[in-house]
Amino acid sequence: MQTDYDAIVLGAGPAGLTAGIYLSRARAKTLIVDTGTVGGQMILSWAVANYPGVPETQGRRIAKTMRDQAESFGCTILSNSDVLNLDLAGPVKKVTVEDEGTVTARAVIIATGGVPRTLGIPSETQFKGRGISYCATCDGDFFTDQDIAVIGGGNSALEEAVSLTKYASSVTIVHEFDHFQAQPWAVEEAKKNPKIRYLMEQDIQGFEGGEHLEQLVVSHKRTGEVTKVPVTGCFIFIGYQPNTTELKGVVDLNERGEIITDGDLRTNVPGVFAAGDARVKRYRQITTAVADGTIAALSAVDYLTSTAD
Amino acid sequence: MLDTNLTHINTTDEFQEVTSQNENVMVCCGRMGPMCLPVYDVMENLEGKCSDVKFLDMDFDSSVAMDTIRRLPEVRGFNGLPFTVYFKKGKVARATSSIQSKKDVTSILDSEFGLSCGSGQADAR
Ligand SMILES: Cc1cc2nc3c(=O)[nH]c(=O)nc-3n(C[C@H](O)[C@H](O)[C@H](O)COP(=O)(O)OP(=O)(O)OC[C@H]3O[C@@H](n4cnc5c(N)ncnc54)[C@H](O)[C@@H]3O)c2cc1C
Repeated sequence: MQTDYDAIVLGAGPAGLTAGIYLSRARAKTLIVDTGTVGGQMILSWAVANYPGVPETQGRRIAKTMRDQAESFGCTILSNSDVLNLDLAGPVKKVTVEDEGTVTARAVIIATGGVPRTLGIPSETQFKGRGISYCATCDGDFFTDQDIAVIGGGNSALEEAVSLTKYASSVTIVHEFDHFQAQPWAVEEAKKNPKIRYLMEQDIQGFEGGEHLEQLVVSHKRTGEVTKVPVTGCFIFIGYQPNTTELKGVVDLNERGEIITDGDLRTNVPGVFAAGDARVKRYRQITTAVADGTIAALSAVDYLTSTAD
Repeated sequence: MLDTNLTHINTTDEFQEVTSQNENVMVCCGRMGPMCLPVYDVMENLEGKCSDVKFLDMDFDSSVAMDTIRRLPEVRGFNGLPFTVYFKKGKVARATSSIQSKKDVTSILDSEFGLSCGSGQADAR
């Protein structure tokens, strides 16, 4: 494989793929490296109804089209390839990729997005796929006529709790605060549903069972009272975190670990740009990721032109 | 029909043939959903690199799945897609439920099949 590029993009979600399309169309030799699956969080969405110009479709279909577009302009895309080392400080940026070795470029765009937050307790791993799930649409029907729980208090948690009542006999929403962060309409929808119960101000202690999940153990945040909730399923929707752990000390991050950029999506390191959910911003959508990918790519092209010998 | 680049198992005869005639077989039984796509992608990625393993998929809602993978005692208690089953010489060596990362998959291939798919050396053999 070629090792010398004009630009390397980290992440093949909508931000990274868009950056790849713009860079390649501008004749910049471009490599996109993704540690996971091409499409990023888009593939988690069964139905995307708000991407302008495209009637409601599965996120994976938009991802496939974006990938085909980027490749048609000559962009190279590597998926499921771990990034082992990043040396972005100098004028020639070095990225070491599993199986490929070190690749270089004068510009790098970081579009590493985010991942669903997990509770991070050992019993969560033990019961993954044996009661614990992160996708209601995928696994909801396994819990037909059973009692289940949803952990979380944002829009996703409440919306998915409502959708899971199609299958489950009861859904207990377990939340850490005494109020929900979700929008009022999502709270109202959930409150109207007779199958939904609530356990507020709870800490998750763990999951118990044998071959599959049998109960969720929680304790009240103020009183410490322990409750064992008999459930066979538990869906976890507790938000997202930016994929920036490896970027500490590489580019400036805020206290939440999001990459700090200026309006042209430049980071504090010359030649390094950031786009999409991994950077500081308020609205995280496919459209905003795509817009970011465009801006970061055009800024990178400008940087490449202005710094060419 | 699954929309992947993997070989699909469509009949019970195909399933019997592939598991009896290949020493190492990995079958991912799922749908085109968010938890399944990453596993298919990992398998497609490994297919060219780990030639000692036969990588296949199977539609979770097909009759072949009902008659084969979904009947295995090893998947009892599973309730997260996909069901991924690893066969060594026709016998179930390991089975996992729900999404798995490339690291998860290669560590199973290496430990159960005695290969080095996770070391980046698989191509060189
Ligand atoms: C369930 C769900 C439903 C959604 N529905 C919608 C919707 O209907 N409409 C909408 O507009 N938005 C929706 N969103 C939000 C939208 O998907 C995201 O805002 C968008 O995907 C962000 O794009 P991104 O490219 O910044 O990051 P991501 O999509 O997160 O992609 C980042 C990519 O970077 C990769 N990566 C991570 N770390 C590294 C690394 N170190 N090196 C290289 N690669 C790395 C990841 O594997 C991933 O593929 C939804 C999100 C979720 C979770």
